[in-house]
Amino acid sequence: MSTLRDAVPGADRSARHRDPNARRPGTRRRSRRVERLLGEHPLGLLLSSPYVAYVLVVFLIPFGFGVWMAFHDFFFTAPGVQVPHPFVGFDNFGQVLGDPAVRQAFGNLLVFLVINVPLTVVLALLFASGLDAVVHWKGFFRVSYYIPYVTASVATLTVWIFMFNGNGVVNRVLGDLAPDPTWLANQNLIMPLIAVYVTWKNLGFYVLLYLAALQNVPAELHEAAQMDGAGKWQRFRAVTLPGVRPVTSLVVLLTIIMTGQIFTEPYLLTGGGPDGASMTPALLMYQKGIQQGQPDVAAAIGLLLVLAVMILSLASRRLTERKG
Amino acid sequence: MMALAAVSAVALPLAGCGSEGPDEASGDSTELTSGPIEIWYSTNEQEIAWGDQVVEAWNAEHPDEQVTAQPIPAGSSSEDVIAASITAGNAPCLVFNTAPAAVPMFQRQGGLVNLSTTFEDGEEYITSRSGTAADGFRSADGDLYQLPWKTNPFMLYYNKDVFANAGLDPENPQLETYDDVLAAAKAIKDSGSADVVIYPPATADYTNVNFDFYPFFLANSDGTQLIEDGHATIASEQGMQTLQFWQTLYAEGYSSAEAYSGDMWAGPFADGVAAMGVAGPWGKGQFDGKVDYGVVPLPTADGKAADTTSTFADSKNVSLFTACTNQQTAWDFLKFATNDANDLALLEITGQFPTRTDVPELAADFLAENEFFQPFAASVPLAVDVPTVDGLAEKMQVFRDAWTGAVQSGDGDLTSTFEDAAASIDGISG
Repeated sequence: MSTLRDAVPGADRSARHRDPNARRPGTRRRSRRVERLLGEHPLGLLLSSPYVAYVLVVFLIPFGFGVWMAFHDFFFTAPGVQVPHPFVGFDNFGQVLGDPAVRQAFGNLLVFLVINVPLTVVLALLFASGLDAVVHWKGFFRVSYYIPYVTASVATLTVWIFMFNGNGVVNRVLGDLAPDPTWLANQNLIMPLIAVYVTWKNLGFYVLLYLAALQNVPAELHEAAQMDGAGKWQRFRAVTLPGVRPVTSLVVLLTIIMTGQIFTEPYLLTGGGPDGASMTPALLMYQKGIQQGQPDVAAAIGLLLVLAVMILSLASRRLTERKG
Repeated sequence: MMALAAVSAVALPLAGCGSEGPDEASGDSTELTSGPIEIWYSTNEQEIAWGDQVVEAWNAEHPDEQVTAQPIPAGSSSEDVIAASITAGNAPCLVFNTAPAAVPMFQRQGGLVNLSTTFEDGEEYITSRSGTAADGFRSADGDLYQLPWKTNPFMLYYNKDVFANAGLDPENPQLETYDDVLAAAKAIKDSGSADVVIYPPATADYTNVNFDFYPFFLANSDGTQLIEDGHATIASEQGMQTLQFWQTLYAEGYSSAEAYSGDMWAGPFADGVAAMGVAGPWGKGQFDGKVDYGVVPLPTADGKAADTTSTFADSKNVSLFTACTNQQTAWDFLKFATNDANDLALLEITGQFPTRTDVPELAADFLAENEFFQPFAASVPLAVDVPTVDGLAEKMQVFRDAWTGAVQSGDGDLTSTFEDAAASIDGISG
C-alpha cells in the first residue's frame, strides 16, 4: 500500500532537498518497515514495556492458564512430579453449577449489588454535592471521607465488629429493637451489613470522582436554568445529573467490578457463614482452590464470575450511558 | 476477574511442574545426602524456645550439617502456607507442625517423603517410639509420610470465679453430662457472671469443627472418628446427641455464633468472657495469671468415667518434604529432635505431650511435680485424631456448613440436615 509521501513525489523531493544526507531508497524502505513495526516513536514502546510485561505476566498469562485449568483435571503438585491433567470439557463447570453453595454465593453477590450500587451512587453524589457547596473545611471533609478508603480492611472491619457484635454500640443504642440473632450471626442481615460496610469503606474514592465531575459542570448552565426559574431540585435534575453522567457510569462500572472481588469482609467476619449467607464466589474459590486442593473447580467458578461481571458491566454501560 | 487472576497468579508459577526428575510422589529418592537443611516450627513462643534449643544443640555437634530454623511463615493457616511452598518447590526439609488432616493433600501433591520406604530404619524408629498410635497416621498405601510428634488431648477448662459467682461448686463443678453442663450454663447466665458460657471459634472455617463438635463427639462416641470405613459418622445416635447439645447451647444463648473479636484461640476464656473453654495442656501457658481455672474431662450424654472418656488429640506431626536436598540429614535431625531428652524438653517447655508409648516413665518426675498435667497424661491413650482420608477439608467444610445453619442458627430439622450432610460427605471422593 502506498503512503502519502509516495503519492506526493514533491514531498519526498523537498525532504531530500532539505536533508543533504538523505538515505537511499533501500534504507528508507527498511526504515519504514521498522516504523510500521515499532510505531512513530519507538521510545514510547520502550517506556511502556514494563507495564506491558506486568499485564502480560500478572494478568493475561495467568488468566489464560486459569481458563486452561477450568477445562482440565488439575491440582497443584511439587516441581518434577508427573501427573496427567486430562481434558475434562465442561465437567468442572457441571460440578460448579450443580453445587448449591456456588448458586448461593452468586445469589449473595446479587443481594450485595442491589444494595451497594444505588447506595454508592446516591451517597457519593450527595456528599460530593455537599462538599462542592461547602466553603470552609473543604479539605478536612475530603480527607475524612477518604480515610476509610486508604485504611486496611482488617482495621476497619475490627471497628465494625465492635460496633455490630452482640454487645456492640449499635445494639446498645437499639436496645430491644436489636435484631435476634444479632447482625454478624443473622443470615438475613449479614450480606446487607457487608454491603453497607463496603459502601462506607469505598465512598471517599467515589466522592472524589464526583467532586471532579461537578467542578466540570459549567456554572453558566446553572445560572441559565436559575434565570429560567428552575428550583434547586430542577437544576440538580436537569443540569447536574446529566453533567456527571459519565462519572455515574464509571462509578456503577467500578462498583460492579469490585463486587466480584468481595473476599476479605466475609472471610474475616464470618468465614462465609452463617450457613453460607455471606459466602461469595471469591471466597469459595479460595476454599476450593487453596484449602481443598481443587484449583480446577476454583478456576471454573472464577470463569463464571468473570462472565457474570462482564455481562453486568455491559448492561450497566448500556443503561447509564443512554441519553435521557 | 481479579479473583480469577489471583488464583491463576498463584497457579502460574506452579504450572511449570515439569515432566523431568524422579517420581518424587513415591518418595523413593535415588540417593540420600547430608548437608545443611532448613526447618520450620510453630509460631508460638514456647515451641520457638524448644526449637531453638534443639537446633543449637544439633548445630554444635554437626558443623557440616547445620540446621537453619524459622517459624512457619505468616499465612491464613499453616496448611495453606505449606501447600503453597510444596507447589513452589521451596518447602523446607522438615515442618514441626504438620496437621494430620493436611497430609493426604500434601502427599497427593507429591510433596512428602515416604518415611517407611526411604529410610531403612524409618518404620522401626517410628513404631518403636509411638507404638500403635503410629497406625492412626498411616496413609492409604499403608506407609507413613509423617512422624507422629505430639498429642494435645482436649479437656474442659472452667473458670472457678465464674462458677463460684453462679453458686456452683468451683472445686467439684459437676460437668459430667450434657444436662450437667446445661444446668451449669443456666446458672451462669442467670447470675450474669460471664457473658458467654462457652465460646469456641464461630466462623464457618472447616477447621473449627475440631474445637466444638469433634471433641465432644469423640467423648460421646468412645472415640469414633468423623469418617470411618469411608462413611461419615456424624448422623449416628451419639452424633445427634452431641449436635442436639450444641444446638441447645446456641438456642439458649449460652454460646455465641459471632466470631470473637479478640484472640480467637485463648481469648474468650482467658479474657473471662467465656466461663468454659476447650483446650489441650497448652492451655496452662495461655490461661495462667489470667483466670483461676480447673479442668475436667469432656462431658457426654450419659456421663463417663475420666479413664474411659475419649477426646480429640489435636496432634501435630513432622513431615519430611521432597524439596529437601539433604534428606539423610533431615532424617537424622528428626530422630535427634525426638529422642528422649528432646521429647522430655518438649513437655517441660511447651506443656505438650510427645506421641510416644513411654511418656509416664520418661516424664515421671515432671508429672509428679506438675499435678496439672496428670489428667492430660492419662488422656493421651484415649486421644483420637482426624481421619487420614483424601478430601478431608472438603468433607469437614460440608459438615461445618450444616453446623452453622442447623446448630448455630437453629435452621431446619437437625436430623435431616445432618443425614443429608453425611450423604454428601460419603459422596465426595477420597
